[in-house]
Amino acid sequence: MLRAIRHKSIHPAFCAFRAFSSAAKEMTVRDALNSALDEEMSADPKVFLMGEEVGEYQGAYKITKGLLDKYGPERVLDTPITEAGFAGIGVGAAYYGLRPVVEFMTFNFSMQAIDHIINSAAKSYYMSAGQISVPIVFRGPNGAAAGVGAQHSQCYAAWFAACPGLKVLTPYSSEDARGLLKAAIRDPDPVVFLENELLYGELFPVSAEVLDSSFCLPIGKAKIEREGKDVTITAYSKMVGYALKAADILAKEGISAEVINLRSIRPLDRSTINASVRKTNRLVTVEESFPQHGVGAEICTSVVEESFGYLDAPVERIAGADVPMPYAANLERMAVPQVEDIVRAAKRTCHRSVPLAATA
Amino acid sequence: MALSRSGSKLLKPISPFFSSAPSILSRSISSSNDSITVETSIPFTAHNCEPPSRSVTTSAAELQSFFRDMALMRRMEIAADSLYKAKLIRGFCHLYDGQEAVAVGMEAAITRKDCIITAYRDHCTFLSRGGTLIEVFAELMGRRDGMSNGKGGSMHFYRKQGGFYGGHGIVGAQVPLGCGLAFAQKYSKDENVTFAMYGDDGMGTAEWRAAKSPAYYKRGDYVPGLKVDGMDAFAVKQACKFAKEHALKNGPIILEMDTYRYHGHSMSDPGSTYRTRDEISGVRQERDPIERIRKLLLAHEISTEAELKDIEKEVRKEVDNAIAKAKESEMPHPSELFTNVYVKGLGVEAYGADRKELRATLP
Repeated sequence: MLRAIRHKSIHPAFCAFRAFSSAAKEMTVRDALNSALDEEMSADPKVFLMGEEVGEYQGAYKITKGLLDKYGPERVLDTPITEAGFAGIGVGAAYYGLRPVVEFMTFNFSMQAIDHIINSAAKSYYMSAGQISVPIVFRGPNGAAAGVGAQHSQCYAAWFAACPGLKVLTPYSSEDARGLLKAAIRDPDPVVFLENELLYGELFPVSAEVLDSSFCLPIGKAKIEREGKDVTITAYSKMVGYALKAADILAKEGISAEVINLRSIRPLDRSTINASVRKTNRLVTVEESFPQHGVGAEICTSVVEESFGYLDAPVERIAGADVPMPYAANLERMAVPQVEDIVRAAKRTCHRSVPLAATA
Repeated sequence: MALSRSGSKLLKPISPFFSSAPSILSRSISSSNDSITVETSIPFTAHNCEPPSRSVTTSAAELQSFFRDMALMRRMEIAADSLYKAKLIRGFCHLYDGQEAVAVGMEAAITRKDCIITAYRDHCTFLSRGGTLIEVFAELMGRRDGMSNGKGGSMHFYRKQGGFYGGHGIVGAQVPLGCGLAFAQKYSKDENVTFAMYGDDGMGTAEWRAAKSPAYYKRGDYVPGLKVDGMDAFAVKQACKFAKEHALKNGPIILEMDTYRYHGHSMSDPGSTYRTRDEISGVRQERDPIERIRKLLLAHEISTEAELKDIEKEVRKEVDNAIAKAKESEMPHPSELFTNVYVKGLGVEAYGADRKELRATLP
C-alpha cells in the first residue's frame, strides 16, 4: 500500500527519499537512473543529455523524466532520428571537453552510430597519444524486451566489450544503476552503459549510502550477490535475477551456488571470477545474448587459462538461442535463457558429485 | 635571408621574424601600416545569403607569409611522396599539394580558439594550426617524435592546443564530430566557431560516381552556402571571415572550396583515371595558389624573383633538415603498445598476442 502511494507521488527529479524515515527503502531501476542523472547534472555543468525523446517526451522509457524542466533545453537535448548524427555530435562535444550522456532508444539503434562509438570515441585517446580524451557515456536499454522481434532484441555487450578503449557496464539492481551510472559519467573514458527495459520497473532495496549523492561503484569490479560453495554462476543484467532464482532452486536440492553479478563486462573482473571458481570448482556462465563469441566464451577462456587445474567439470554456457529473436511467444521463450536452463546446467556441472541414487 | 628592395614603400623588416621561427609556419601578421587591397579571382556565388565583397584587405607581411607557408606545405607534401616511395611511410598517405590556399587562407581568418576538424588529408592543416615539420615527418614514419608518438600515422594528426581535432580516417565521420565541437563551443559560450572540412568523395572515386548533385554549396538546402575559389588564398580568407561572422550570428554555413589536388587521392591512386594530364597541368598553369601569390608579390614590388626563389630554397632546406632529424627519431618503445588505451586504466590488465608472454597493467 505504502509502495503504491510512493509511486504516485514521485517526481523523480525532485525525489527526496531521505524525507521518509522508514528503515528499508526501495527504489525502481528507473528512479535510480533518473536520480543518478539528476545528481551528476547538478554537480557538473559540463554534463548534458542528448537523445531521441529525452526531453519533451520525458524519455521513451521515462528515464529522463523531469530533467528538461529542471535543467532546460540547453542541457537536455531532443535530437532528430539520426543516431549517426547525434552520436557524432556527442563525441565531438566530448573532444572539446564536455561530458555528454547520449541515449540510444535501444542499443539496436546504436549500430547506426557504431562507427562513432568505436572509431571516433574508443580509439581517439590511443591514436592521439593522449591528446584527445573522450569522456562520453552511451546509455540505453540493451537485449531482449518482450515481443519486439528480431531487430529490437539483440544484446550488444560482447561486441562493445571486445573493443579496447571502451568501458562496458551492465547494471542489474537499483544500487548498480545508481552507482555505475554515476561512475560512468565521472569516468574520463567512453563508457557503454547497457540497461535493460524489463528491469526499469523493478524495485530493489537501497541503503542510505546508495542514496547519497556521492555514491559511486568502482568500474571493473563484480559483485558476489550470493555466496556459495558448489558452483559459480556468472550473469549480468536481467540474468542476475534469473541466476538468483536458480540458486534458490538449487539450494533446495543441496547445491550451493555462488552468484556473481558481473556489473562490468569491460574491464571484466577476472580475478573475482577466478577466485570463485577456485573455490567452487564449477562454472556456469549465463547471458541473454547470442552464444558465439560472447561474454560467456570470454569468461570460460579466462578460467581455462588461469584456473584450469581447479575445474572439476567442463564449463557450462547458458546463452540466448543462436537465432534471430522470433516473435511468437512460445518461440521467444525458447530463444532466451530461462531459470530452468540455469538450474539444469548447474546440475550438470555437479553431476559427478551427485550420487546416482539421488537423481532417481 | 630576404632582403628588402630599396625604395619600396612596402618594405618591412620581415626577415628576422622568419629566421627565428625556422620550422613552424609564420602566423600572418599585418604589421604594415600600409594595407593592400586585392581582388579575388572571381566573385563568390551565394546560396541563401549575401556574398561578401571581392575586395580583400591584406598587407605585405601577410602576402609574404602566405607565400612562405604555402611553399613550405608544398615542399613538405612532395617530400612525403618521396618518403612513401622509399617505403619509409607505410599504409595510407593522402597529399594536399595544390590545396594549400585553403589551409593558409582559413588560418588567416580565424584564431587558435576556433576549431578545425578534417578527414585524412590533414598534414598541411596540422602545420597551419601550429604543428612542426619534425612532428609531421616523424609521425609519418612512425617514430616516437611524431605528434601522436608514432601511434596514429598519416590520417591521425592532432593538435588540441592549436584547436585542431584531427585527422579522421572514416569518410564523413568528421562532419558530425565537427558539429559536436561547434555545439560545445556554443554550450560553453565561447565566441568561436568550428570549421568541419570534408571532400567530395573518398578513394579517388570520380565525382560523377560519388554524388548525384555536385552543387555542394547548395546541398545544405535551407543552410546558406558560398562557393569559393579554393585556389585563391584571399578568397578563402574572405569566405572564412564571412563564415565565422555568419556562424556566430546565424548558425551553420557551407563553404564550397573549389580546390584541386595535384596528386591522386592517395599514394595508391595515380590520379589519372578520372582526369587527363592536360587538366592537371592546366590547373598548375592557370590556378596554382602559390603562383598567384608570387605574381601579387612581384606586382606590388614587395619581393623580387630572386628573393622568392631564395625563400623556396630555404623552405626546401628546412624540409630536408626536418626529415633528417625525423629519421633519427626512434620507433616508439615497445611499452607504448599499451599506453593511452584509457585515461583511467583502473589497474586492469591488457594482453599481447600471447597473453602468457606479454601483458601490461593499465594505469
